[in-house]
Amino acid sequence: MTVRDFQQAFDEKIDREIAIEPRDWMPDNYRKTLIRQISQHAHSEIVGMLPEGNWITRAPSLRRKAVLLAKVQDEAGHGLYLYSAAETLGITRDEMYEQLHTGKAKYSSIFNYPTTSWADMGAIGWLVDGAAIMNQVALCRTSYGPYARAMVRICKEESFHQRQGYEILLQMSKGTEIQRKMVQESINRWWWPSLMMFGPSDDNSPNTEQSMRWRVKRFTNDELRQRFVDVTVEQCNILGMKLPDPALKWNEERGHYDFGEINWEEFWNVVNGNGPCNKERLDARTKAWEDGQWVRDAALAYSEKRKERSKKETKAA
Amino acid sequence: MKNQILYTLQLADNALIYGHRLSEWCGHGPVLEQDIALTNISLDFLGQARGFYQHAANLFNALPQADKQGMFLSVTLEEKINKGENIDEDDLAYLRDGWDFRNLLITEQPNGDWATTIARAFYIDIFNHLYYTRLQKSSDLQLAAIAEKSLKEVTYHKRWSSEWVIRLGDGTEESHAKMQTALNDLWPFTGEMFRMTDIEKEMASNKAGVDAAALYNDWKQQVTTIADEATMQLPDSTWMQEGGKDGRHSEHLGYILAELQFIQRAYPGMEW
Ligand SMILES: [Fe+2]
Ligand SMILES: [Fe+2]
Ligand SMILES: [Fe+2]
Repeated sequence: MTVRDFQQAFDEKIDREIAIEPRDWMPDNYRKTLIRQISQHAHSEIVGMLPEGNWITRAPSLRRKAVLLAKVQDEAGHGLYLYSAAETLGITRDEMYEQLHTGKAKYSSIFNYPTTSWADMGAIGWLVDGAAIMNQVALCRTSYGPYARAMVRICKEESFHQRQGYEILLQMSKGTEIQRKMVQESINRWWWPSLMMFGPSDDNSPNTEQSMRWRVKRFTNDELRQRFVDVTVEQCNILGMKLPDPALKWNEERGHYDFGEINWEEFWNVVNGNGPCNKERLDARTKAWEDGQWVRDAALAYSEKRKERSKKETKAA
Repeated sequence: MKNQILYTLQLADNALIYGHRLSEWCGHGPVLEQDIALTNISLDFLGQARGFYQHAANLFNALPQADKQGMFLSVTLEEKINKGENIDEDDLAYLRDGWDFRNLLITEQPNGDWATTIARAFYIDIFNHLYYTRLQKSSDLQLAAIAEKSLKEVTYHKRWSSEWVIRLGDGTEESHAKMQTALNDLWPFTGEMFRMTDIEKEMASNKAGVDAAALYNDWKQQVTTIADEATMQLPDSTWMQEGGKDGRHSEHLGYILAELQFIQRAYPGMEW
């Protein structure tokens, strides 16, 4: 078979919605795009542990503490599935970490915002996990098999996270005046960054077309963003809170909510490293990695010693 | 009854404070898989703490009003009690100050590096395994049930920390040195586990509590076996720190509580 035949077989699979598997031939760019996207997603899960980890020791009740701990642990698990999925494309986890620590690989910018109140644990679950679900449900049918399967497992847990987050806010919104203030203040901070999670608008998203063609992506950034706005407005009403956007209005004709313009300058600033916590997040990850070096070295040395010993034992026997 | 409550609180406080320390690792572990393992263990302790606190709260709520007063040196808790309200797990965890906490000093020691965390876990886990095995037979059926449920977890913890002691001890030169230092540094906190307070003695004689002093030989033998395999030397110093069980703590506990109780203190009396 020539490269052209391979390409044709690949295109056919994509068109017929047959999953691409690790051993299948795939175009270099498809592989590269997937490695970039999946590793970026994995990094987001891991860096995403930090802003919520920030409140584990301060959770206001033992039940909430247990739920939060379990949630952050889930995110670590998501990171693990995704790193494994990316590894099937021929990159190692250590290489991906290296890219994260040197700033070559990105992660979701939302995690560069600080968590300053307990209500943020609710707002992140509701809005951030909520926005993630919009993206990820679409990815459950993405063309690369291992990625799609990882997404199915992850999506189940993410929707659980979203409900738990919303429940935190619901409880607080039924509480005292000051708790309602805390909820509103948190929504004010997280709303716009959550909308930014869907990425640049379609006319500014150069990769979208190719990704749609490969069925890596199923919907455009703007389509998903709109869908998110539509469901979130209703949920916000139930909380008795306001979304911080004066332009937010039901558009009868479109059958969707209209909403205001995203602050793209802020978006690009945070993407490019100037968010409130970019440095802290990266420093925390790098520190964990560097502090852990001697531990990983020890584990490796020990397992090699054991192999040696068992070899000797088999020889002796 | 009062002693039964205080004894139960001691078990609860151990689990809460130690679980709190472990939870500080979440997101910062040396390997992703170990981050997950440690969080799991932290969740186990939090679960145990909740079981013990709920039991203590139930016992407390069943006391005649007169007996309830003065049990805790906490203004907020006392107010609640004086109003005749029932207390719950969160009141006990979030509204008592350090002098009412009865956890072992070892549980509140800082995480330090990975070797320190492992050494602390190793001493605690082997103790817990022996302890919960006995507590399963407690005449207090609630305590027995919690112990039985926890024993599976504790068995896993013990294996996990023992394996790490061996791995680090018999790993590289650097890890060997770090593991040895950590085992030495935490050693003086192990004696308190086996020194019985009057409350513990009474509970043990009622068959409701565990005779912790009687566990020492088994514990010593088990830690020694693992230490040997890890090419580690256990210190032979016998001088030991103590005070946690009587509410006399290290400076660390105050900061743990300041963090743990922050929201309940800053926004009192609210539901979260
Ligand atoms: Fe996740
Ligand atoms: Fe995610
Ligand atoms: Fe999540």
